[in-house]
Amino acid sequence: MENNKQLVIIGGGPAGLAAAIGAKQAGIDDLLILERDHCLGGILNQCIHNGFGLHTFGEELTGPEYAWRYIEQVQQLEIPYELNSMVLDISKDKTIRYVNAKQGVCTIHAQAIILAMGCRERPFGSLSIPGYRPAGIYSAGTAQKLVNIDGYMPGKEVVILGSGDIGLIMARRMTFEGANVHTVAERLPYSGGLKRNIVQCLDDFNIPLQLSHTVIDVKGKDRIESVTIAQVDENNQPIAGTEQEYPCDTLLLSCGLIPENELSANAGIELSKITNGPVVNELLETNMEGVFACGNVLHVHDLVDFVSQEATKAGQNAAQYILQQLPAFEHEIPIETGGLVRYTVPFSIDPSRMDDKQIVRFRLSNVLKNGYVNVYIDDNRVIHQRKMIRTPGEMESIVLKREWLNENSQSIRIETEVA
Amino acid sequence: MDVDVLIIGSGVVGSAIAYYLAKTDLKIAVIEKEEDVCTGTSKANSGIVHAGFDAMPNTLKAKFNVEGSHLIPELAKLLDFEYKQNGALVLCFDKKLRDRVEALYQRGLANGVTDLKIIEKDEILKLEPNVNEDVVCALYAPTSGIVCPFGMTIALAENAADNGVQFIFNEAVETIERVGDGWLVNDHYHAKVLVNAAGLYADEIHNQFVDQKIEITPRRGEYLLFDRTAGDLCAHTLFQLPTEKGKGVLITPTVHGNILVGPNAQAVPTKENVNTTAIGQDEIKTKARITIKDLPFNQVIRTFSGLRATPNGPDFIIGQTADHFYDAAGIESPGLSSAPAIGKWIAEQIREQLNANDHPHYIAKRKGFIDVKKLSNEQWNELIQKDPAYGIIVCRCETITAGSIQDALSRSLPARSLDGIKRRVRAGMGRCQAGFCLPRSMEIMQEKLGLSFEEIQLTNSHSKLITSKVKEGIHDGKQ
Repeated sequence: MENNKQLVIIGGGPAGLAAAIGAKQAGIDDLLILERDHCLGGILNQCIHNGFGLHTFGEELTGPEYAWRYIEQVQQLEIPYELNSMVLDISKDKTIRYVNAKQGVCTIHAQAIILAMGCRERPFGSLSIPGYRPAGIYSAGTAQKLVNIDGYMPGKEVVILGSGDIGLIMARRMTFEGANVHTVAERLPYSGGLKRNIVQCLDDFNIPLQLSHTVIDVKGKDRIESVTIAQVDENNQPIAGTEQEYPCDTLLLSCGLIPENELSANAGIELSKITNGPVVNELLETNMEGVFACGNVLHVHDLVDFVSQEATKAGQNAAQYILQQLPAFEHEIPIETGGLVRYTVPFSIDPSRMDDKQIVRFRLSNVLKNGYVNVYIDDNRVIHQRKMIRTPGEMESIVLKREWLNENSQSIRIETEVA
Repeated sequence: MDVDVLIIGSGVVGSAIAYYLAKTDLKIAVIEKEEDVCTGTSKANSGIVHAGFDAMPNTLKAKFNVEGSHLIPELAKLLDFEYKQNGALVLCFDKKLRDRVEALYQRGLANGVTDLKIIEKDEILKLEPNVNEDVVCALYAPTSGIVCPFGMTIALAENAADNGVQFIFNEAVETIERVGDGWLVNDHYHAKVLVNAAGLYADEIHNQFVDQKIEITPRRGEYLLFDRTAGDLCAHTLFQLPTEKGKGVLITPTVHGNILVGPNAQAVPTKENVNTTAIGQDEIKTKARITIKDLPFNQVIRTFSGLRATPNGPDFIIGQTADHFYDAAGIESPGLSSAPAIGKWIAEQIREQLNANDHPHYIAKRKGFIDVKKLSNEQWNELIQKDPAYGIIVCRCETITAGSIQDALSRSLPARSLDGIKRRVRAGMGRCQAGFCLPRSMEIMQEKLGLSFEEIQLTNSHSKLITSKVKEGIHDGKQ
């Protein structure tokens, strides 16, 4: 089975849904969402806690409720989608091969593609933690699926390694279900999660967060029996004498998320070593013309509201690309980073094609207290923003105005400045 | 239960013995303390089919290694498991040690290894551009290969089961009594011949009946497994020339396109010490950098340990060491390569001793699990039409379908644990390490085996994955 589509969106989670809606509303009717799971909504379906949608809807929704707002629109707009469909590969000419049980292996040639595959959790195996590999070790998201979707408890006596948001959420969730969460250990000197989650999920339940601590041993050959946690020095080496053994039956991991870009890499799309996501321009377009990326496959977000925002833009941009409404390409200015700024999305901007108010998102590599974020265009400082505290766990953004740039602009630089 | 032959242990050696004995009309059983075959030393090793230049000439190691390395490619075709002749290089990084490469070459010739040659730096770097430029020369063994150790063990055992061999799992050997010429094991298995393939525990069995005592010492080797994205680091198995400092570590591709680095060698206190250590991992990393300077350690997806069953003597312990009692003990490296030859030889001895005939309805071939990645679109579609489960991808990282997992649970020697599924069809073997597919695989086990989630095991019965249901009112986990 082979056919053509104007636009194919890979992934039916929050990014894919918003992208599809954005494209449809911008005039694309011949589009298709390919979703590997048995329903739309992606990981939001297992995020049954609230706190989603404050920015978008001004109210606190649960994950499934937030997803439903978009699924409903997809259905109202009659945007077609295929479920249980796994994309196998994308070729250089934008032919997508996917498989499902109903249609078998199918190929579609797309004029444009939006990558919205999301991310995965960093697994235990990749952390090189010494010790045994027994049952009872789960990434936090897997545990979340077991508890919230399947209705099963992976364990009762819990230690959590890593302070990513899913780990924090699961600390509270497991506590609600009667488990004892003994501690959360974080290797870094700061948390990877949102401040509000630390307060609402740990502090409110008296669960200690131990910064600069990691698991240095896992005991139990069959089912986990204990983990040993130790403090680490600035070189990440355990400090002798700080070891503490925690008897437990479960170790949950929340040690970072990795954009799922195996499809992108195989298609020849350039990936950033920092974000592990595609390198995109102001249109969120990758180095492969007509292939756009948004959501957690592009860079890991903290808040789904920003995913939806970004994905809507990607959808609109893809629509303009297909309808040939994009202004001509003039010159791309790479965004340089400095200080604690690790990366920016987009990675470059063409002033002739940028939004009037272009959002540039970025993350810091360390905590910045009372510091500034400065933006320079050529040598002119156009932004000088002070904030009490900025942390790596919270995505930052600035708005770049088109009026600041012109055809002669040479450089854009975003950097931090210690006060 | 009355059998002609009872084999203790279902690692690669026990399974190979069962495979060759299954060609006869003898009644055979295999007793295994764990829930599946291939759960000890056989599951955690380098997966190398050694060419045979390493063992000392005129040893059992040399004999069975060379024979085994010839049998494995044939078996791989017959029993449909993954094997690749990728060739090996023993790399020398010190000019002064060139004569050792020569000595290894001579030893290989004496053992009957073919096609060996010594190659120089230029040729090495042509074959393996990522190798450290300090390399001087290397012994090149084109006949060296790689095999999936699970795939081989499971294929041997499954074919044995197809031909009537009975596998008894979750039962350790507690008692063995001599009854006339034969044996009574655990008070309920009568056997004419007992075969000791108990791996790390072979000494405990052996020492009950044989005057000349043996001792099996666990020697741990740690490994790092890299994602397939690092798969183009090398094509050959890269050994380091042994020096005063030790044997070095190897870097090898696996048959599935990953890269495996290791092992080191540490004596450990118990035969259950399969833990990894920070020191061990560091040692491997440091040593591996001698072979390839820039190893992408951020692409490691799993670290693990295996235990070598090291005997107190220099050689394997193989043969009829007591009346109607056969040993296949102390099978350390090159044990995986040697296993088929050991199995064949022991089976021949037993066959003769018991005057056995050919199996009347022997099934020679076994079909491996379907890897949809290797199918054309047309072939895959045909398969999906027959069984739509082959259109449902469960393990995303390795592209493993529900159909394959169901197949793993339905064979004559079916998977009974999540690890059993993983070793058969690779679900959960990829970069996310079962993060996504674990709950899905559990659902399939639930459907296919009629197990509740609480009963599902990672490995043996002490490794349950779920402790209880959440709140009351949720009954089957599917609301």
